[in-house]
Amino acid sequence: MNFLRQSLAIAGKDLRSELRSKETVNASLSFALVILLLFSFAFDPGSEQVHEIAGGLLWLVFAFAGTLILNRSFARELVNDCLDALISSPASGAQLFFGKCLANYVLLVVVESACLPVFVIFYNSHWPRQWLLLFLVMLLGTWGITVIGTLFSAMTVNLRLRELMLPTLIYPMLIPALMGAIRLSTLILAGEPIGADDQIWFRLLVAFDIIFTILTLALVEIVLVG
Amino acid sequence: MRLKIILTLSVVCGLILAWNLHTMFMKVPDEANQGAIFRIFYFHFPAAITSFAGFYLGMFAGVGYLITKNLKLDSIAASINEVSLAFATIALVTGSIWGRVIWGIWWTWDARITSYFVCWLLYVGYLMMRRAIDDPTTRARLCAVLSIFAAIDIVIVWKSIEWWRTQHPGPVLEIRGGGGMAAGMEAPLWWNFLAMLLLFTVLILIRMRQESMRREIDSLRRYAHAF
Repeated sequence: MNFLRQSLAIAGKDLRSELRSKETVNASLSFALVILLLFSFAFDPGSEQVHEIAGGLLWLVFAFAGTLILNRSFARELVNDCLDALISSPASGAQLFFGKCLANYVLLVVVESACLPVFVIFYNSHWPRQWLLLFLVMLLGTWGITVIGTLFSAMTVNLRLRELMLPTLIYPMLIPALMGAIRLSTLILAGEPIGADDQIWFRLLVAFDIIFTILTLALVEIVLVG
Repeated sequence: MRLKIILTLSVVCGLILAWNLHTMFMKVPDEANQGAIFRIFYFHFPAAITSFAGFYLGMFAGVGYLITKNLKLDSIAASINEVSLAFATIALVTGSIWGRVIWGIWWTWDARITSYFVCWLLYVGYLMMRRAIDDPTTRARLCAVLSIFAAIDIVIVWKSIEWWRTQHPGPVLEIRGGGGMAAGMEAPLWWNFLAMLLLFTVLILIRMRQESMRREIDSLRRYAHAF
């Protein structure tokens, strides 16, 4: 219980500071819009082909925009040595990490929820009938991005070329989660039912989330404290 | 002493490689369906297996560092991962050349090839990370964590991409349930495997020597700065 309370305090702090400055969410949203615009030049946005790749496009936007939020997660604590203060606070490394994860998760889901209607409008998709299922896929996929992204954000926070290192490291790592999310989202956006064969992608997403949540919580102390 | 070991192993490795090349090109006949290009398998397969085993060995060395905090284990991990990446590159390039001749394309997004490429990218990231951190203990710590993530992730990547259709040839060797190779063709494969393993060991030993020298230079530099 204490674990959750401390984590929620950290998450609350991060969300409050974001709510006041809105710098990461605004940047991330604008970036997502720019990518959505660029995609329209890569192929014919009105064609039927869009339905076949809709999930892929959507998750590429989420992954790109998400990196901006994740990059700032620990970097914003560098000013005035706030990160050192947080590490030496009574909260453990795992609590600090989990709190940051929760805050990033909320921000990512907010950005994604804002992008989805824009995507549907721009690419003449229909609002999916199984939108609740799509939201579930979004929640599962985003948690995978968040745990790995937040840990690597902590690992790369003091590195030269931090902004370049994070995406280079996390995108290959996220491939299983992205694959599952892309496959399921494409089906849902096309209005097709999810058959027994595709259930495996749900299981993959859940397994990916569980494995990496446990692994990150186990290793975060080493990353933050040593 | 270590230099002598490295030299001896290099000579043995060179001799076996020379003998293998002689066998491969002068004695073994062309394969019935593939022609001369099948010989690339003698390098492709050992390089792929060695690199893969190397990545896991590197992870264990990393875990060893996290437990003991002995920087020597970190330099072992770094050397193994670096050499494994070179071997992985050999496997990717030889595979690509074989694909061009047999399939008519340089690259295909097949399950095994894609996951191997992801593995390659993960370890390129590992080496980039090593370069980006100056402090030796931080570098060792973070790189060990990264290699644990990479080693676990690659299994999931492998499995998940396998659910897509696959184009890579199935197991060739009998021990993996394949049809097997003709006896005269299979023997050079295992000899070349031995040669590649020796080369792998020699390169790791050389790389470790460099790392220990670097540590020595670093400590001398710190010592000099102290005055």
